[in-house]
Amino acid sequence: MTATMAEEPLLTMRGIVKQFPGVRALDGVDLDVAAGEVHCLLGQNGAGKSTLIKVLAGAHRPDSGEIVWAGEPASFGSPHAADAAGIATIYQELDLVPGLSVAENVVLGHEPARLGFTRPRDAENVARALLRRLGHPEIPPGRELGRLSAAGQQMVSMARALARDARLIVMDEPSAVLDPEEVRNLFRVIRELTADGVAVVYISHRLEEIREIGDRVTVLKDGRTVARNLPARTTPTADVIRLMTGRTIEYVFPERPATPPGEVVLEVEGLARSGEFADVSFTVRAGEVVGLAGLVGSGRSEIIETVYGARKATAGSVRVRGKALRAGSVPAAVRAGMGLAPEERKSQGLLMAEPVYRNVSLPALARFARFGFLGRDAELGAAGAITAQLDVRPPDATRPVRTLSGGNQQKVVLARWLLQGCSVLLLDEPTRGVDVGARSEIYALIRRLSTEGAAIVLVSSEVPEVLGLADRVLVVREGRVVHEAPSAELDEGRVLDLVMEALVQSEKESAGHE
Amino acid sequence: MSDEGARTGTAPAAAPVTPERQPPAADERSRVEQAARTAEPARSPLGRLLDSGAGRNLGLVAVLALLCVVGIVTADTFLTTSNLLTILTSASIIGVLTVGVTFVIIGGGIDLSVGKVMALASVWATTVATQSYGPLIMVLCALAVGTGAGLVNGLLIAYGRIVPFIVTLAMLITAQGLAERISGRRSQIVTDPVIAGIANTRVLGIPLLVYIFAAVVAVGWVVLNRTTFGRRTFAIGGNSEAARLAGVDVRRHTVLLYAVSGLCAGIAAIMIASLTTTGSSTHGTLYELDAIAAVIIGGTLLSGGRGTLIGSILGVLVFTTITNLFVLNNLATEVQNIAKGVIIVVAVLIQARAQRSSAAG
Repeated sequence: MTATMAEEPLLTMRGIVKQFPGVRALDGVDLDVAAGEVHCLLGQNGAGKSTLIKVLAGAHRPDSGEIVWAGEPASFGSPHAADAAGIATIYQELDLVPGLSVAENVVLGHEPARLGFTRPRDAENVARALLRRLGHPEIPPGRELGRLSAAGQQMVSMARALARDARLIVMDEPSAVLDPEEVRNLFRVIRELTADGVAVVYISHRLEEIREIGDRVTVLKDGRTVARNLPARTTPTADVIRLMTGRTIEYVFPERPATPPGEVVLEVEGLARSGEFADVSFTVRAGEVVGLAGLVGSGRSEIIETVYGARKATAGSVRVRGKALRAGSVPAAVRAGMGLAPEERKSQGLLMAEPVYRNVSLPALARFARFGFLGRDAELGAAGAITAQLDVRPPDATRPVRTLSGGNQQKVVLARWLLQGCSVLLLDEPTRGVDVGARSEIYALIRRLSTEGAAIVLVSSEVPEVLGLADRVLVVREGRVVHEAPSAELDEGRVLDLVMEALVQSEKESAGHE
Repeated sequence: MSDEGARTGTAPAAAPVTPERQPPAADERSRVEQAARTAEPARSPLGRLLDSGAGRNLGLVAVLALLCVVGIVTADTFLTTSNLLTILTSASIIGVLTVGVTFVIIGGGIDLSVGKVMALASVWATTVATQSYGPLIMVLCALAVGTGAGLVNGLLIAYGRIVPFIVTLAMLITAQGLAERISGRRSQIVTDPVIAGIANTRVLGIPLLVYIFAAVVAVGWVVLNRTTFGRRTFAIGGNSEAARLAGVDVRRHTVLLYAVSGLCAGIAAIMIASLTTTGSSTHGTLYELDAIAAVIIGGTLLSGGRGTLIGSILGVLVFTTITNLFVLNNLATEVQNIAKGVIIVVAVLIQARAQRSSAAG
């Protein structure tokens, strides 16, 4: 692998800011990419990777910031402009047309034509040459694209990038759909491309891939570049994960009161869902916060969604105050006194177009109704009181939820379960996309709910958050609970070690081989 | 549960949470990549007016008023009591179907089967055997057939997880076939004087059919806007996953929505049987499209979650008034359909504008 870096960077991005209504997706991102390098972009879900590559691809226009492309200030106002400049993007969801042939996909939008008539022979020749260059001469250009394997389709996507003479190819988690053999071939192709001077921006969650193929790493967190141009092969894994998950600001966690927890409220026993997680058992007492720590994909969200009945368990049981819940029934869980603040607030949590009070009252609607008829004043009054108590801003419960900031939207979700009066609260990433001030408020609220007697399960990818709030921590890795301990006996380093044990081990092994 | 509610749900007066205040939203970031594409454009007053349900209804009222002016100018007979009652009477049957379809569409679904379910119910209620039991059984039969067909739709959609479009299209075809089979493709004459008399009955000079229409609209409006059922309908149409995770039994509710639509088709079946004094498999052909069109020009989002019943009814009235104008002026019905088509497109264009100006963040 040649790690030759051109003196002149091909692409420089400085201070890129992209604001969406209510949220700042990018908040000062820097990125340097040199010709002929594989530049890896790392970050958790929501760190801003997708927004950044959409800015690069011309799909989003940044609000501020500077882009220098091949030594010239540039702004990609449209996907067409980015394409013309030589930037190609291979999206996770391949943007190909399954019903067209391989060749038609390769030349899509730039079909060779004469007097408006397409020249299929030319297209096939172009596609054949490119696929041969990519090491896949066996893919027939005339084959219908939908009949190719995922790996084959990805090669077609790459051929399309090459057909445009791309100088920079962005690959968004290209290995997600590939088996190990296909990943090796992908890497071979990437090496050939970089040897020709093409730059690749490579996005992946798999650190071992980044070690193998990457030259430099840029880490994003909360829409900011937290580390730039780290050497991909030699930066320790622990450092990289710490950059991705660690705290950027010191948060103050509320004091833990010295009251002993009450009786057992939630009992989860031998819970399993095939292909996702297995043999998960834990109990939560009244007034206790139990944290689930783990990386993305470890199964933590799946576990609490299954506890809640939103996914149907294939084995095991969930009991609330000794009473077993029907598997796979959210209404049963809610009747038993459970509430969930889901991971994806927008798509799973809220009715964005509806006013705040209707979002708050949704599970408790029956309480405001007599024979099904709603007493609107009582409903608005109760929901308004609870949102006022949580200091939801602006203090108007009739505003549509979508006009609120992320932190206030999260407070609306919590207000819902506060109004309902839950004895078990399941919180999945409760501070994702929440600004600093609102974060402390949410921490204080979680603490308050637990001192008032709620049993709380907290999932978070931020280890300090789990340690700061939870009384006990379960470490989840690859769908298994690998460790359970009171949080007082753990520290950030220990949890990180447990969370990524497998990664650290494989790193040690490969270090031993060298 | 109310115990627990008292425990964790009540507001402690002491120690409100007041950490340092941040400028709201200034620091916000989140995973919005997928959700938001464009920044919210500045909202014009017009856009805001169109955005509100009342505004859209206002637009329809204006269209209706315009049509009336055209009617008054072009036809002397337009503004007579008898003509206005003719408009209302002809609106009543489609209107009742439209109430049911409005529920389904606000709940995020679609029901293509209402016209033919109505035909099936009219046939089933007017067989010689059914008629021998008298008018009450005939009515109950029509309502049961309609509701039953709706339940089948709902169960297949909610528990069979088949797309509503396909399920209700299949129901349309099946109901048509069943109606033909039961009636032997003949129009069955309504011999029962009570049923036949409904359409001829007038109370205070207004046909009973119009009262039935008004009653269905009134009940529908109350259910949609004043009950938990209505609220959950909006919630499911707006974001069914969020509704599900908030504890709403989405599948059961979906079944009920289609049952409501079927029930409306059953009511409409009695009305059309009375008006035509027949039960026939040819009743209601393409009524579903008129009903859906009325719902759409009434400002209900085809994707669900937003809409008004009043808008749908105004939509029905716009269509029937157009038909009336064409009849009064002896114009060809072909042209009338062209006019309807244009109105649908214009209404949806306006709706799309309103939606963009209030694009979700």
